[in-house]
Amino acid sequence: MPSALNALNLNFSTIWPEIILTAVAIIILVLDFFVKKENKSILGYLSVLGLLAVIPVAAMTVDPAPSFGGMVRADGFSAFFNVIFLISAVFTVLISMDYMEKMNIQRGEYYYLTLFATLGMMVMASANDFVNLYVGLETMAISFYVLVAIRVDNRKSVEGALKYFVLGALSSGILLYGIAFAYGFSGTTSLTGIASIGSRLSSQSPFLLLALALIIVGFGFKIAAFPFHSWSPDAYEGAPVPVAGFLSVGSKAAAFAVFVRVFVAAFPAFHGHWVDLLWILSAATMVYGSVVAISQKNIVRMLAYSSIAHAGVMLMGLLVYNDIGSAGILYYLLVYTFMNLGAFAVITMFIRKDGRGSDLSDYRGLAAARPLWAFFLALFLLSLAGIPPTGGFTAKFFILAAAINARYYWLAAIGVLSTVIALFFYAKVIFYMYMNERADAEDLPVMGATYSVVLILTAIGTVITGVYPAPFMDIALKVIKPFFM
Amino acid sequence: MEQIPFFIFAAIAVLSAIGVISVKNAVHGAFYLMITLLQVAAIFILLRSPFLAAVQVFIYVGAVMVLFLFAVMVLDIGKEELRETFNQQGVIAIPAVLVMLALIGYMIIGGKVLAPAGNLTDDVLIGNSTEVLGKELYTKYLFPFEVVSILLLIALVGAIVLVMKDRKR
Amino acid sequence: MLTLTHFLILSFLLFSIGVAGVLLRRNIIIILMSLELIFNSANIALAAFSYFLKGLNGMVFVVFNITVAAAEVAIGLAILVAVYRNRKTVNVDELGDMKG
Repeated sequence: MPSALNALNLNFSTIWPEIILTAVAIIILVLDFFVKKENKSILGYLSVLGLLAVIPVAAMTVDPAPSFGGMVRADGFSAFFNVIFLISAVFTVLISMDYMEKMNIQRGEYYYLTLFATLGMMVMASANDFVNLYVGLETMAISFYVLVAIRVDNRKSVEGALKYFVLGALSSGILLYGIAFAYGFSGTTSLTGIASIGSRLSSQSPFLLLALALIIVGFGFKIAAFPFHSWSPDAYEGAPVPVAGFLSVGSKAAAFAVFVRVFVAAFPAFHGHWVDLLWILSAATMVYGSVVAISQKNIVRMLAYSSIAHAGVMLMGLLVYNDIGSAGILYYLLVYTFMNLGAFAVITMFIRKDGRGSDLSDYRGLAAARPLWAFFLALFLLSLAGIPPTGGFTAKFFILAAAINARYYWLAAIGVLSTVIALFFYAKVIFYMYMNERADAEDLPVMGATYSVVLILTAIGTVITGVYPAPFMDIALKVIKPFFM
Repeated sequence: MEQIPFFIFAAIAVLSAIGVISVKNAVHGAFYLMITLLQVAAIFILLRSPFLAAVQVFIYVGAVMVLFLFAVMVLDIGKEELRETFNQQGVIAIPAVLVMLALIGYMIIGGKVLAPAGNLTDDVLIGNSTEVLGKELYTKYLFPFEVVSILLLIALVGAIVLVMKDRKR
Repeated sequence: MLTLTHFLILSFLLFSIGVAGVLLRRNIIIILMSLELIFNSANIALAAFSYFLKGLNGMVFVVFNITVAAAEVAIGLAILVAVYRNRKTVNVDELGDMKG
């Protein structure tokens, strides 16, 4: 039945990035059997090469016509997100190799599970159907459960993984229940199908509101919004540091990709109903993340709470519901990839096998002993705090401007307030580094080549997005435009 | 006509589900869960989906429950004493969850579904839904089907990574 | 005559029991079983919608869900085994190394 097959539009050119990435991951899986334990970093370098090869393919895969029976929609939006995922995966793998050696966890599985997690994110970003979305989400989540627990001999690692797993699976279940009601309401699981039916039917349908509330709760867990955040600090602290960085950047970006696609593309007719819920979620998340981060002693936990606060700001971009706000999320995630993974790179480099380097107090006097590290960490922290001329400032500026434009004055005020609070704990680390003497300057590790590459690239990214944001914002606006037509 | 079996299955399912979350012994919980899962399979038959019922029995009652029992037995945690107080993890989320559950209950009992009908006729569903389902899986749902195969590979590798002791250590 | 509401109420009851189990119980094996209840409740809702809408999407979704849930249980129990090896406990309140 050729005509039926044509209707499915099995257009393989829309999934080339996924196909290549899977092939790379499976090659590494097979090679893992032949590579000795001491040489597992070879697999890391191969993963980096594979990921770098996929980046141009992903950037060029733009074919907005739904393919594979309406499952896949490889538009500019998904291309933008795929590039973010791949860049963050490259940085993660680059800083992982030395870390794995240092911590004596030389496992090849680590590298291909990172690639599979990236694959799951890419499936999510281009999903045009709840089936595809859910399957991609679970592919990512299951890879992350294993990655977080990969230090199987470490109590914190498996404990964090267990909490992450239980709450992750609970959120999947809630999301699934919401999807079931969305399907029951509209008779289809396709996002474009729901959009076309939604505008015809009464926007008062209680079932749809129910579906929306459940889907928001499900996604709220994934982006670690308050009050659904409780897994994230434990998971970040227990996970290998590079995985924590990847979790905070990649998994958050993927969750926001589906958040934007589901709410802006599939439920635009019900904007009035979900906006209030998101308002509360966004305000509470921003304030809670910033306030609790102040009292943290462990730098990874501090960054986990900071990441919660950042998710709140991004939610603000979603609820203003216009092209500038949504493009602001895309831009913010790009900047966040650079600044957050940069910060995690410095921490990964600094942390020692016995756990030294994870407490804030370990950073005392770092500037005197290793001025370059302190400079990089200070740059990334200032960017995370939103100080010009870094990318963090422009990103926050775009979203706050969009919120003010759309007359969400109170929410914007809460956003500014939370930024001011957040300044305290970022400045505290910088203060520790620059204003103290160091006792044990001699036993600090040296900066490896992979770290230098990551730090230079992330620093360049952080600064360029800060001083010259226009081209990036233009791309973000261009890919988001079709959603608001 | 179908009401009587439905109520029987539903009542057993709900009661044994309550059993799952209220027993002290995890082995008993596993058996209660197995009863619930079997009732769900029966519900699938009432919904004219024999394929789902078969899959439910094979995968849930067959594979998943064996995994559960295996874990309970291997870890020897069946008879563990449990102080039944509050689980600290969920405290913050509980109010939100309660509001949500109340909302859902209110809407299901009071609401109506405003959905347009699909394009399948009754006899397709009753006659050979399995055949139609199979065709859909390999045509329209080809892409997620392939992704799920990778997901199973990840789960396989992941379980081995987490459980197998390092040979060289 | 069986209506959609019958199935939705059953699904809602199982969902609530599952959520209550996850939030209130402290034995992780029981929590994992409660998660299975939640997935099953969603499956009942999907299959019921599928039947009453005379569509197939819901049934296909259930097939995917069952597969994904099986994979998830395998990983969950594997993490549990790893935890047990490290601590000899499966009680969430005894997992208290990390606070804050």
